[in-house]
Amino acid sequence: MTRLVVDPITRIEGHLRIEAELDASNTITQAYSSGTMVRGIEIILQGRDPRDAWAFAQRACGVCTTVHSFASIRAVEDALEIRIPKAANLMRNLMIAQQYAHDHVMHFYHLHALDWVDVVSCLSADPAATSAIQQSISPWPNSSPGYFADVQAKVQAIVDSGQLSIFANGYWGHPAYKLPPEVNLLAVAHYLEALDWQSHVTKIHTIFGGKNPHPNFVVGGVPMPIDLDSDTALNAERLAIIGDSIGEITRFVDQVYLPDLLAIAPYYLEYAGLGEGLGNFLTWGEFPGEDPNDTSQLLVPRALILDRDLAGITEPDPRDMEAMKEFITHSWYRYEAGDQVGLHPWDGETVFNETGPTPPFEELDVEGKYTWLKAPRWNGTPVEVGPLARVLAMYAAGHEQTVELVDSVLATLGAPIEAVFSTLGRTAARAIETKVFADHLRTTYDELLAAIQAGDTQTFNADRWEPRSWPGSAKGFGYMEAPRGALGHWVVIEDGAIDNYQLVVPTTWNASPRDAQGNPGAYEASLVGTTLAQPDIPLEILRTIHSFDPCMACAIHLVDASGNEVAEVGAGLHVHADG
Amino acid sequence: MGDGPGVEGRRVVLGLGNLLNRDEGLGVHALRALERRLGPEPEVELVDGGVLGLNLLPVVEACSHLLVLDAVAAGEPPGTVVELGRDDIPLLAGVKLSEHQVTFQEVLGLASFRDRLPATLHLLGAQPQDLRIGLDLSAVVAAAIPPIVERAAEILSAWRRSVAVVSGRPG
Repeated sequence: MTRLVVDPITRIEGHLRIEAELDASNTITQAYSSGTMVRGIEIILQGRDPRDAWAFAQRACGVCTTVHSFASIRAVEDALEIRIPKAANLMRNLMIAQQYAHDHVMHFYHLHALDWVDVVSCLSADPAATSAIQQSISPWPNSSPGYFADVQAKVQAIVDSGQLSIFANGYWGHPAYKLPPEVNLLAVAHYLEALDWQSHVTKIHTIFGGKNPHPNFVVGGVPMPIDLDSDTALNAERLAIIGDSIGEITRFVDQVYLPDLLAIAPYYLEYAGLGEGLGNFLTWGEFPGEDPNDTSQLLVPRALILDRDLAGITEPDPRDMEAMKEFITHSWYRYEAGDQVGLHPWDGETVFNETGPTPPFEELDVEGKYTWLKAPRWNGTPVEVGPLARVLAMYAAGHEQTVELVDSVLATLGAPIEAVFSTLGRTAARAIETKVFADHLRTTYDELLAAIQAGDTQTFNADRWEPRSWPGSAKGFGYMEAPRGALGHWVVIEDGAIDNYQLVVPTTWNASPRDAQGNPGAYEASLVGTTLAQPDIPLEILRTIHSFDPCMACAIHLVDASGNEVAEVGAGLHVHADG
Repeated sequence: MGDGPGVEGRRVVLGLGNLLNRDEGLGVHALRALERRLGPEPEVELVDGGVLGLNLLPVVEACSHLLVLDAVAAGEPPGTVVELGRDDIPLLAGVKLSEHQVTFQEVLGLASFRDRLPATLHLLGAQPQDLRIGLDLSAVVAAAIPPIVERAAEILSAWRRSVAVVSGRPG
């Protein structure tokens, strides 16, 4: 038999590369984060009709396909001073809340859980003991010993079938796995259940946007009329489908996701002291009320937190030309005014300046330019964006449910508030906000029903649809708190066409390179100080980088103190099989 | 997926790939060529799976017969037609850095893990030559499309016969 090597071709949005240096005790002393694929959407958008921008911008990603559309239509509406109808705002908020639940549950079970859960270990679990744990943490119905024995048999069958490659890419058996077999079995069962759940919960996007992924959008509202008697509009039947879908979402979050987090976290409390990084956080805010310009109506506040100071929370103004800037000193771009200056996105420039090295290469030139990501900074300061930033913003602003959830999770874990500034804190924050937003989904749905009953069924405002109604020059800012963090679009419109358009995406904040002052970005800072048990399989790095939920596939490159390569971890999944 | 037949007897051809990366889009190009050959009533569902990743799991799990058209890096000369049977396709689910990184093999791996891999499964494709940005196939890979379509049609004929036997209906 000949040996056949099958090397799957990766289909991914871009690549992230981490280069880390280790000292003699295998502790990370420096880390560098590099985006190795260029985006270029900004260039494609120049000269186009701003009403079309969302359709191009949403293609910045093939997975989180709504976030760039929302940021784009909001930017154009901001520039042209378009107010969307009440029902349209509620429908958008439903789509956004659903996106959080879907994205976060899948991130936890499908991506992040395997950093903490040893799948193979569940073979030695006692299903009756797993059943007892399940019944003690939640009323979820799939809890019998027989149910868990079936799951265990499935894993056993895969192992016995010789299709071991399904597990070969895991780090099973790594000493950093700490869960007892029974908890591993619990998590594997829910990993499988989440796959069914996720295929049922995208209905809100499909109904409001016509299809999913990549639903349809419109500047001025939502592209879906409300008419209870029409087959082609949002009618009673479709509202009922959405209501059922919301029930499925909240049940899973309440009875599976949050209880699982609390069941797993106690075994990994060391990660409550690791992986913090910057201690600075930024949110643009989310879930606007009826007046989109009134930031006091946002459920997630627009907030800046510096140096962990929750009492000193302030509101950042994305229109502030001095505070909000992107730097390219270490990025493969050129600014007309030189590489040391920062530019506000309305003045942003996207001119490529790739300086090498030419692939394939061993190491990046981190003294020079080393990434396609720019370095966004707030008053020169690097910040972290994402679930932890949002939960801290809601906590600092005194949002009652968030305060209760954070305090009860900390009490369960016996951890102080400082524990949230960590890898574990980031992961817990993701579950906490999922609970808050899933409940908000229900509240928003009830508000939509009440609005429809009150006759508030307009979903589109056509007042400023025609370009002749626009000012000659206009500037706008649009935001969305994407699942992985604060997303901003800045647009400049001249004579009815896009003159400049800049996206500052969450992973640009988090995976940013050093800036002109040499300050590292969030990923770079978060890895320093982490000690690796086995540098050739750097599970500890995966845990921290995964806790940010990167929007790119990634490769990790480790070198020791003398510059020798320790490991090159292709998270790009290479398979070699006999055939 | 709309209201089709149940899992049993549901036959799907799934074309995969990124049309923006030349030969990476081979599976979708082959699907379109197959569609032209089969005419207006193809008797099977033709699905352009593009780069949908995990969203393809419900498609894979909802059929009894699945033919996947895709570019395959098999270490063969570019343009070589490659065919793998159900038990020859390596499945996997494992470490990755981003949720945005699901390969189709992982979809198959998850379907298998969940005991929902189609009973009849073929992977048909060719070794790519050029994966750089571009809309057209390289000449040597474009030349592989007719034999792929030919082989796909043979597989579909065999399916039709087997389904006819199972259902007791004329094919």
